Amino acid sequence: MTDTPTNVLTLEAISVRFGGIAALTSVDMTLNQGELLGLIGPNGAGKTTLLRTVIGVVRPTQGRVFLRGDDVTSLNVDMRARRGIALTHQIVKPFRSMTVLDNVVFAAGHAKTGSVMRALGTRSRTEETQRARGLLDLVGIDRYADAFPSALPLGALKRLEVARALATDPKILLLDEPLAGLNHIEAERLADTFLRLNAGGVTMVLIEHNLGQVARICPRVVVLDNGRKIGEGATRDTLSDPAVIAAYIGKEVTHA
Amino acid sequence: MLPTLGAYEVSLIVIVSVNVMLALSLNIITGLCGQVSLGHAAFFGIGAYASAVLGNLGVPFLVVLPLAGLVGCLLGLLVGLASLRVRADFLAITTMGVGFVFVGFVRKQNWLGAEMGLSNIPDHGLGDAGFVGVCLALVVAIALLSAYIKQSWLGFGFAAVADDEDTSRTLGIDAAAYKVTAFVIGTFLAGVAGATYAYFTRFLIPGAFGFGVSISILAMVIVGGVGSIWGVIVAAAALTLLPEFIRVVNDYKIFIYGVLLVLTMRLSPGGLAELVGRLPIFRRKAHQRSSGAQP
Repeated sequence: MTDTPTNVLTLEAISVRFGGIAALTSVDMTLNQGELLGLIGPNGAGKTTLLRTVIGVVRPTQGRVFLRGDDVTSLNVDMRARRGIALTHQIVKPFRSMTVLDNVVFAAGHAKTGSVMRALGTRSRTEETQRARGLLDLVGIDRYADAFPSALPLGALKRLEVARALATDPKILLLDEPLAGLNHIEAERLADTFLRLNAGGVTMVLIEHNLGQVARICPRVVVLDNGRKIGEGATRDTLSDPAVIAAYIGKEVTHA
Repeated sequence: MLPTLGAYEVSLIVIVSVNVMLALSLNIITGLCGQVSLGHAAFFGIGAYASAVLGNLGVPFLVVLPLAGLVGCLLGLLVGLASLRVRADFLAITTMGVGFVFVGFVRKQNWLGAEMGLSNIPDHGLGDAGFVGVCLALVVAIALLSAYIKQSWLGFGFAAVADDEDTSRTLGIDAAAYKVTAFVIGTFLAGVAGATYAYFTRFLIPGAFGFGVSISILAMVIVGGVGSIWGVIVAAAALTLLPEFIRVVNDYKIFIYGVLLVLTMRLSPGGLAELVGRLPIFRRKAHQRSSGAQP
């Protein structure tokens, strides 16, 4: 790594209001190239809303989003996705009319589906299918390849979310509680997969309640509570910060 | 080629062809891309009226065909763009509105024959056999195009948009472009069907493109099996021919279409295609597909 890490994502004073409720209040965040950042906080802290603001599903009431220095605040979700942001949903959203394999094949075809004309001109799915099988294998659900999502347990659908997001070759991968619903061994394995992908150059933001895994794989964390950033820094130090502990204690502490 | 074809047989083949073209064209919008349209007859109608006007300007039939498609898809492009902000049931109501606007407009235009109809459409000059040949060629071409689109990455994108538009966006799919493309292709083909119809009947009245026609086309798509090309072709042909052959069906046509729609939704939402897929000979394959995945 160089001494001055390249800033790939900057959130500048992001505020989001849903009706009268402030979901996020003036949150700043930066993400460096190659980083694996943990985004933690109690339930309802605004973590998911923050990730949804990054990919553009949620438009901030105030504030701006910069991607590699470009202001992308006004760009649509699909434009940001084509610039290399991918999101896994906390509440799984597979294409239910497609097989598990086709879900990933479709995402892997992003170079073909990026333009309607190119999509009309191409039919071959050989490369994408090969790639998709590899990704299903990577996240450990290759045995479900030909099943429809309705036949899969939640843990497998969570991993399908990850495989599908990876298939888009993201530069920034936003993971919304990918480990929830997995047992200890599965969680550890998937977390190791994230480490490996991160080492391969994918920048990541991980929302996770499994603080053990966060502490293990994320060097740096950002802590949200009640829509505000209450802590940021090296994971060990931040997790022992009294303000951060106070935010967790007395609320629902979710340990896996 | 077809020397023994009587006027009745010719009319049957042409009307079935026109309806199959219409059902296949709506199948691209509703079946493949999941955008429900209750106003498809408007694009059929604009193609028919455009071809009447063009024909009278001396443009030959085979040139009129694609031009009528272009006029149809121009309106389709407008409706598609206007529909980007409305979804599902709102889109259905919007397209229904477009259907009424079209009929309401034509009824008041004297240059389009208004209520009395437009009857001075020129002869296509191909003879019965030639015209039947063109109709069948169009049906085959549109069926092949549909099958190609379904297998292409465009069709894959349509399926994703139909399944979950928001999620497809997070994967980089410009859902708006896909939906407009479906509208443009589908309404182009409806315009071509309109030209075929106009040159066959050589008489157009606004009522031939009303709400009931839109619903009939949608019924063919739904009964055949939304998205299934062969299912839609079979249903369109059957729903066109049954009223011809069975008198009582003709008397109760709308009633029977309605009952079929209700039964399809209740018993086999995937239509004829799903029903056939459940037959024992096809089941083993389907079963292997789903059970091969069990751990």
